Amino acid sequence: MAENVTPRVRVPRDASAGEVITIKTLISHPMESGQRRDGDGNQIPRSIINRFTCDFNGENVLDATFEPAISTNPFLEFQATVPESGTFVFTWYDDDGSVYTEEKEIAVS
Amino acid sequence: MTFSRRQTLLLALGASAAAVLPFRASAAVEDAIAEFTGGATPGEGGITLTAPEIAENGNTVPIEVSAPGAAAIALFAAGNPTPGVATFNFGPLAGAHMASTRIRLAGTQDIVAVARMADGSFVQARQEVKVTIGGCGG
Repeated sequence: MAENVTPRVRVPRDASAGEVITIKTLISHPMESGQRRDGDGNQIPRSIINRFTCDFNGENVLDATFEPAISTNPFLEFQATVPESGTFVFTWYDDDGSVYTEEKEIAVS
Repeated sequence: MTFSRRQTLLLALGASAAAVLPFRASAAVEDAIAEFTGGATPGEGGITLTAPEIAENGNTVPIEVSAPGAAAIALFAAGNPTPGVATFNFGPLAGAHMASTRIRLAGTQDIVAVARMADGSFVQARQEVKVTIGGCGG
């Protein structure tokens, strides 16, 4: 289990109905690629976040798969349509089986 | 400095191996793209790939892809040990078919973005990124 994994998400607090908003997400994670070697020349085993999903009120916005070429502390910026008030659910899936989630509410006027 | 016949032979072997390596790398990325497209040849246009011309740090290179009307976009780095980078599948609530992230590049190489459109066709964009300090922290 990777330590100190903290998700950070930036979503606007409010929007008008049907507006397209920009979402920025970042999760602190070493993203050990499986290519690096330690001091003795042994390969350090891969341990990355391999999938990220974003849903709004149960409907999918984005489903991304990550390979080891994604940088440490994976950052992702994308856009979503908000038809009504509700909750964004962000989920990160770790190679080691851990699942990290974060929720953000948005008010639509 | 003179070379014996054996040394010359070794040199020639080394040179041909060096010449073959880049070809191998590109074959790996072509395979990865073919896996994503199911063998179809991607067309041009309708997809924008934004990457820096020169990236100082190969550990974190900002990349943005955008393809209006795409169902999915896959990113490949042609010169990395594993060419796949990420695949973005857009759901019904995606506001725009774009994504921006940060990737690792082992050295100067081509970045390839391939988008699967709603009608099942594929388009691709390619850009070279020069890398000053390679990623994968060796």
